[in-house]
Formats: sequence, structure tokens, C-alpha cells
Amino acid sequence: MSVTSSDPRIAGARAAPKRGIRFSWSDPLFRAIIWQIVIVGIVVGIGWYLVHNTMQNLAARRIATGFDFLDRVAGIPIGESMIAYDSSVHTYGRALVIGVLNTLQVSVVGIILATIIGTLVGIGRLSSNWLLARLTAFYVEVIRDIPLLLQLLFWYTMLQGLPPPRQAWSIGDTAFLSNRGIKLPLLEWQTAYGFALLGLAAGIAATIWWSRRASRVQEQTGVRPSVWPVAIGGMVVLPLAIWALFGAPLVLDIPALRGFNFQGGGTISPEFSALLIGLVTYTAGFIAEIVRSGIQAVPNGQWEAARALGLRHGVILRQIILPQALRVIIPPMTSQYLNLTKNSSLAVAIGFQDIVSIANTTLNQTGQAIEVIAIIMAVYLTISLSISLFMNWYNARIALVER
Amino acid sequence: MRWNGAGALALMAGLAVSLGFAQPATAQGSGSATLDAAKTRAQILCGISGQVPGFSLPDSQGVMRGLDADTCRAIAAAAVGDATKVKFVPTTTQNRFTALQSGEVDLLSRTTTWTLGREGNLGLLFAWVNYYDGTGFLVKKSSGVDSAKKMDGATICVQPGTSTELAIADFYRVNKMKFTPILIQDLPELQGAFLSGRCDAYSTDASALATFRFSQGPKAADLVLLPEIISKEPLGVMVRKGDDKWFDIVRWTFIALITAEEKGVTAANVDSMLTSTDPDIRRLLGVDGDLGKALGLDNKWAYNVIKQVGNFGEMWDRNITPMGVPRSINNLWTKGGLQYAPPMR
Repeated sequence: MSVTSSDPRIAGARAAPKRGIRFSWSDPLFRAIIWQIVIVGIVVGIGWYLVHNTMQNLAARRIATGFDFLDRVAGIPIGESMIAYDSSVHTYGRALVIGVLNTLQVSVVGIILATIIGTLVGIGRLSSNWLLARLTAFYVEVIRDIPLLLQLLFWYTMLQGLPPPRQAWSIGDTAFLSNRGIKLPLLEWQTAYGFALLGLAAGIAATIWWSRRASRVQEQTGVRPSVWPVAIGGMVVLPLAIWALFGAPLVLDIPALRGFNFQGGGTISPEFSALLIGLVTYTAGFIAEIVRSGIQAVPNGQWEAARALGLRHGVILRQIILPQALRVIIPPMTSQYLNLTKNSSLAVAIGFQDIVSIANTTLNQTGQAIEVIAIIMAVYLTISLSISLFMNWYNARIALVER
Repeated sequence: MRWNGAGALALMAGLAVSLGFAQPATAQGSGSATLDAAKTRAQILCGISGQVPGFSLPDSQGVMRGLDADTCRAIAAAAVGDATKVKFVPTTTQNRFTALQSGEVDLLSRTTTWTLGREGNLGLLFAWVNYYDGTGFLVKKSSGVDSAKKMDGATICVQPGTSTELAIADFYRVNKMKFTPILIQDLPELQGAFLSGRCDAYSTDASALATFRFSQGPKAADLVLLPEIISKEPLGVMVRKGDDKWFDIVRWTFIALITAEEKGVTAANVDSMLTSTDPDIRRLLGVDGDLGKALGLDNKWAYNVIKQVGNFGEMWDRNITPMGVPRSINNLWTKGGLQYAPPMR
């Protein structure tokens, strides 16, 4: 409610409390309080009725309730998992955690890739290169106008069209592409890597310290000492030197065709790939439009002023236009990130086991629909609110720095 | 029907809410709330799959065909006197139990395995088994595999939320082998993944594998059904707990179908059988006794079922035999099978 209004009616309402509450229907404050009580009472009453009646009906139908099933051995097979999972040992609780991790995995990778591709395409649409501008415009229009589910099924079918494992396309017999996914060699862990990583961390710290010092020197003298020699020395040469000191151990776990499929190495499954490609290309189409509109929202005078200073096109875009465009871009970007995360639930259609897929299976094997649906809602609410909070924080930071 | 994740979620959330509003069943009329409701709307609501040839799949005229569909028709003939008064409600493996629990369907006739967990936890009852089945594997002939024991490391296509996925996990654990599951909800999409070579094997009930193989036409010869049947899958007809009268009707309608086959009563000869002197047949067809009344139905209930749908053997011959699946353990007990009707008296 606005108290700054000069509307005389509202001014009158503001004056009322000074007289205190009269227990009369003609007192606006009294009426307001009564209405609040009635509305809260209705909401609480409906909520209580729903919960009570659900419990009563579940009991009447002898349907088990409660979250005890989370501790029961799951027995459901899971195709891909970031943490160890054995269906004969682990519980439904762990299976659901795997689902959450899988959802987070595809969402985080998807958000990063969609942002990069979307930004490039958005800038491309504004390019003076006729071909580039038309191609990106075509991409945006086609991708945005086809339902995501169809795109996912399209990508999944395309990936199934790849050759079978025995005729897989290979890169030097170490990495393979087949309809079972991408098989990559994995590094086998050595103690030397631990020390090399410590060296890398030290290198990063040194680079940050040197960069801050460079800024201080620049403020005092106007000349910025170059940072790159420290960066290369600390983050590339130092870790490599440590690794070489340990005798440069390098053991690769190379995938090899044995029996039905490749054994060893790491796998990127067709299900994950199809979901990621679909989500990234689809969301990038929307992000491209947000970036384009954000850039165009910056007044043309900014471009002209920068050109008048003799700056190059790339520098103008990076240093002048994008920072201002970000203020327009960030808020709608948040909803695209939320969309991508929520759209990842379409994974069920192509067999990637995200939280919805695993929760659905759990629901079916245990029959506890209400509990499982509540878990799914809680998971998405938590992820979405986290994204929102982070983006709001970032938005506030951009606004503060720039204004 | 293309299955979509958001839609199913919305459906399930809706069901959860409708469960919240549903009133407890009241005992009035025939003593069966489900039967009373079916009579009022002059129709029964039957949950089926709608995607499995031989069990429930619409034909070119859009008429639902199959053993499960005919089971629904038999119940309709018994309950409301007309086998055509069935509304077929397609359900997925994942929303089928919720659909039955919430009252969206009156019974589930959907190649669903009878297990303790489902009766104990879900508030549901299995009335009778209409198909004794088991989990099998279908592989491509080109893979050269001739036994399930040789499938270590295989990728297997399976529908999530089924007893099949649990059976495979058990089988692989017992035999100390590893497998990669590909779990896709939508049946045509799953079968497509198998045919395209994403999976080495497609696993589900052996009956569904046989009918799927049959539906491939000339390409059926490229697919091999492995000899191992790794689990028991008695596929049954399910109802809600708490309406025992309705449970009786569903169970005894099925027993009537088997009794009719045992006694040689068919759709063609049921009228002449009315004058039979066999007391079992006379009781079955309602000429003597009050068996129908005991169920809260007309005494002609079994006559209606047999006249309009035929006996169990006729249902089998109409739907399963054309798929090239032998009757084997699904035969009558007198012919070496498991179907055995308790006495109707």
C-alpha cells in the first residue's frame, strides 16, 4: 500500500487509527481486520480439510503413507550415476539423490553452454555480415517455434542412427563414437596429480595477487605491469614441472570393445547427449533474442561516442555496450535458466534418468504418490529458488557497480 | 498417444488432489459403490494399456482388441448386462495404480503382475490371473546370443516402473553379471531404441515380446526370443480394496469364463445349453439357483458374459492364438495348464 499518495481518500484512511478501533461495521479498519481474519480462516480451513481428508481416505483405502520407503532397498536399476549405486544394496533415498545429481548435472552444463551459444548467436544477429545475420536469425526462428519434446526425440533418434559399437567411429583407437554414446579414455589417478593440482592452486593465488598489485601500480603510475608471464608461469609451467619431477606418469584407461560393448574409459551416453543438445540449442534460441534486445536497448549514442574516441568494434562491444546491456539482459535470463532446469524433466521421454524419471519409478514401485510428488516439487522449488537468488544477487551487483 | 512427462506429472498431481476431495465409500444400494456407480452411468471404466498387441490395441476401426480388452467386456456384461458398455481408459505403467486408487477406473486389466508389495502397499487387490507369464529377453539374431546367461555387459531396454526392471536386476545379481538399463516410459519409443540398436536386448513379459515380434511382420525372423524365462509374472485383473462386493463380481466373472470352457459352453451354443441337464451348467447359466443374486447381479449374469464375449478359451483363440503364442501353462488344468475354476455353487 502506498502511503505517499496524495489521494484524499487514502489520506482519510490513514487518519483513522488515531481514533482507535471502533467495533462497528462502519469503521474501515475494523472491516479490514475482519476480512483478513475471514480470508486467513478460509485458506487454513481448505488446507486442513485437504490434508485431513487425504489422510482419512488413504487410511480407508489401506494405502501406506509416510517416508519410510526412503530407507528401503530400491532394487531399481539406474543407467547412469555420478555416485556409486548398486540396486541390491542401496536405498530409494540414494536413488533419488542420484536423480537430483543427474538433473543438476544436465542443468549446470546446459546453462553454461546455452549462455555461451546464445550470446554468440545474439551478437551474430546484429552482425553487419549478411550471411551470419541471416543464418543466426534462421536458427532463432526455427528453434523457438518447434516444441522442445519433438526436438529431444529428434536428437535422440539422430544419435541412435550412429553405427553400432563394432563399427564405431574412432579417433586413434582411444575415443569412440557409436550408438552407445561417446567413449573417452580416462586418466588413472596418480599421486603426482595431487601435487600438480596443489601447484596449480598456488599458481592461481599468485596470479590473483599479481593482478591486484598490477591494478594498484596502474592507479599510481598509469602503467600496468603485464600479468600474463606470472599467469603462465604459475598456472601452466609450475604444475607441469611438478608432474615432470615425479617422472611424468601417464596411464590412460582406454575403452576397448569386449563382448557387447566398450569396457573401461568414460562414457557420455546418447540419452544425456540428446537431452543436453536439445536443451542447449532450444534455450540458446531464447537467450540469443534476450542478448540481441539487450544490446539494442543501449542507446546508439554510446556506439557513436565510442567510435569517435577511436575504439575498435570488439572493444566497444566488450567494454562499453555489453556491461550496459547486462542490466537489461540479466532479469529475463533468470527465467530462461529456470526454464532450462524445469524442461530437463522431459528427460523421461528419452530415457535419461533425472529426478522425475527416478521419482516416477519410485512412485510406481512403492505406490506412494503423494510423498514422491511432494519430493519432486521440493527438489524443483529448491533448485529454482537457488537460481533466482543467485541471479538476483548478481543483478543487484551489476546495478550497483554500473550506476 | 505420445507420452509426455509434464502431462503425466500434472495428471498425477491432479489425482493426488482429487484423492484429497474424494469422499469415503458409502454402503448403499447393492452394497458395492463401484457397481452402483457403474449401473448409474451404464458403463464400466476399464484401465488398459492400449499399446500391447494381443492384450489391448485398437484395430483399424478403432475398436479395442485383445485379451485384456475382452476381460473388460466380460466384466461389463456381468455388471451392466452389455459387453459394449466399456469405456477403455489408456494408462501408462506409471499412472495405472494411481488411476485405480483414485477411482478414475473401476478395474485395471493391464498386463499387471500380481505381487505381495502391490496388494500390501497400494490398497489394491488382484481378483484373478488372466495370463501366466514370465520375463523374457528378445535379441537380434545378428548378435549371435542364444542364452540370457551370455548377456554379461549387455544394454537392456526396459520400461520403468514395471516388475520386469526388478526381475532383471535380480537375475543379473544372482548370476553375478552386469548390465546397463535404458529406461524409457513410452513403449513405441522404447521399442524403437531396441530396433535401432541402442540396446542389445528388449525385456518385458514373454507374451508381450512374442506379440511384438509377431507385429514386426517379415522382419520377425531377425529377432530371437531367448529360451530363459527369468521370473514368474502372473498378470491379473485388479480392483480397489474396500469394495468386496465388486471384487467378488470381477473374480467370479473370470471363474465363470473358465467354468464355461471346462463345461464346453461357448457363445455359439449357450442358448441350447440353457436346456442342459448338467447341474453345473444349469447353475452357471442361472437356470437353477441364485448365484447371480448372491453377487448382487441378475441370475443371467454368466449367460450374458458367455453369450456376448465367449468363454476363456474363445477369448484366447480370438486374441492370443493369431500371435503365434502357444497356450501351454495358460491352458485348463485338465489339459496340463494352471487355469482351475473353483466350484460355482
